[in-house]
Amino acid sequence: METISILEMSYILASVLFIVGLKKLSHPDTARNGNLMAAGGMGLAIVFTILFHKKDGEGIGNIPWILGALVIGTSVGWVAARKVKMTAMPQMVSIFNGMGGACAALISLMEFPRLQEKLAIAGVSSMLHGETLAILFGLTIGGVSFAGSMIAFGKLDEKIGDIKASWLRYLNLFFLALLVVIVVMIMFKHPVSGDNTIIYILTALALIYGVSFVMPIGGADMPVVISLLNSFTGIAAACGGFLYNNQAMLTGGILVGSSGTLLTILMCKAMNRSLLNVIIGAFGGDASALSETGDKTVKEITLSDAAVLLSYSQKVLVVPGYGLAVAQAQHLCHELDVLLASKGVEVKYGIHPVAGRMPGHMNVLLAEADVPYEKLLEMEEANNEMLNTDVVIVIGANDVVNPASEDDPSSPIYGMPVIKAWEAKNVIVMKRSMAKGYAAIENKLFYHPKNNMLFGDAKSTLQKLIAEIKNL
Amino acid sequence: MNEFLAFFLQYREAIFIILLSLFLGIEVISHVPSVLHTPLMSGANAIHGVVIIGAIIVMGHANDVISMVLGFLAVILGTLNVVGGFVVTDRMLEMFRKKKSKN
Repeated sequence: METISILEMSYILASVLFIVGLKKLSHPDTARNGNLMAAGGMGLAIVFTILFHKKDGEGIGNIPWILGALVIGTSVGWVAARKVKMTAMPQMVSIFNGMGGACAALISLMEFPRLQEKLAIAGVSSMLHGETLAILFGLTIGGVSFAGSMIAFGKLDEKIGDIKASWLRYLNLFFLALLVVIVVMIMFKHPVSGDNTIIYILTALALIYGVSFVMPIGGADMPVVISLLNSFTGIAAACGGFLYNNQAMLTGGILVGSSGTLLTILMCKAMNRSLLNVIIGAFGGDASALSETGDKTVKEITLSDAAVLLSYSQKVLVVPGYGLAVAQAQHLCHELDVLLASKGVEVKYGIHPVAGRMPGHMNVLLAEADVPYEKLLEMEEANNEMLNTDVVIVIGANDVVNPASEDDPSSPIYGMPVIKAWEAKNVIVMKRSMAKGYAAIENKLFYHPKNNMLFGDAKSTLQKLIAEIKNL
Repeated sequence: MNEFLAFFLQYREAIFIILLSLFLGIEVISHVPSVLHTPLMSGANAIHGVVIIGAIIVMGHANDVISMVLGFLAVILGTLNVVGGFVVTDRMLEMFRKKKSKN
């Protein structure tokens, strides 16, 4: 009695810490504190569960094994999270998310045989029971989340390419229907102790569906997918909470499930697309048919011309994209900014909400390079100052500065808010080649009369540009 | 119908918690600036690691080899989710703070 109430109180406290932590995480000043609070709540719930949890009057056993697993998980997780490069952060989050999904699926996989045995002994005629539902949902959603996260990881790491095939959508619908049918079948089946084949079939199908669900979605949409799978794992965790009547798991899981869904929708909004469009429509699939009118002349600029142009400007806006991050050029970019500032040039950064691989990813990367917070302008601020800006340097960004979003209704990115680089007096686009961006569409900015292309890898080009400016 | 009512009655507390948490989750993060989307997703990612409690419960009552092995694995995976998630989030947020204190 006493131990149970201590445990329940610790769960209430943990739930409060999760909620307050999440709240604080959504404000820049308190975010770090919020993260620590949520972590504290988690630690509390784990310790008190080990100490005080009782099932049918029996406490937690196998404690040495549990502690061993905790130590292994902690050391591996800690090292991985500390060592990962900031550019590879999205992949890491995807892996950790997959681990949580797998954990939820494993729990269900172990609990199903027990429940079936219990129900068989009780002599009930069908598995129609709240616990069965929680187990099956936890298994399915957790399995999909695990497999999907692994594919998302592979895509972000560029180990897995995109498969754009419309038949995959129908196959996916078929798998989804099959999953539902099997879940319903299990719910209405007669419980037979030891007859667990069907649960393994369900597990396998959930994993296959996870793969085929993420496979046709383009690499550029992976952040949205990870966010969605993140909320899936939350729901899978909540299923565990329902099963064990465990409030900490229930609140924590549902909180993540609902806030994760909202976050997914917010991310889609930043790209001016609906969630459904992300899931079923392959981005830019038909975009090759885009209107190709007029002469396309691309103007190139030499390094020395670029150096002169930048040095004698008053206001320069840097628009960074993922290309900057993959080239690990954020530090050089900061160097350029300091150098120009010493010559009296005002340098600011215009950050598109989806620049990088995840919303806010670019801010983290620039912060790592010691770029002060005040220099980072959000898209709207940047656009407001655009007419007074002398030069916009676009480094490794593409779709987020594409004018087609404003003037070409046939473009798949039409309507997406972008940074209006073309409104500035001059534009320099630093790019490796004329290749298309993630949305796989032409960028009219490259052919704009104000634009000057500076071809080359972001890192080496920036190095040369800095040297050139120093020599002026 | 009767089964549905019985189901509702049996799990009314859980249903209550689920519904309230659902609204709370949406309310709590509704004003997040886009700068914080990534850390917030990562932080939420760590919070659903709470599933580890389920893994500990299963492991704590495991008595055959298969459930021991699976339970052990589940606890490791859950811990990875929790520890990795919080540490990665902290690393991201550390950078935000660093630049603020500099100025």
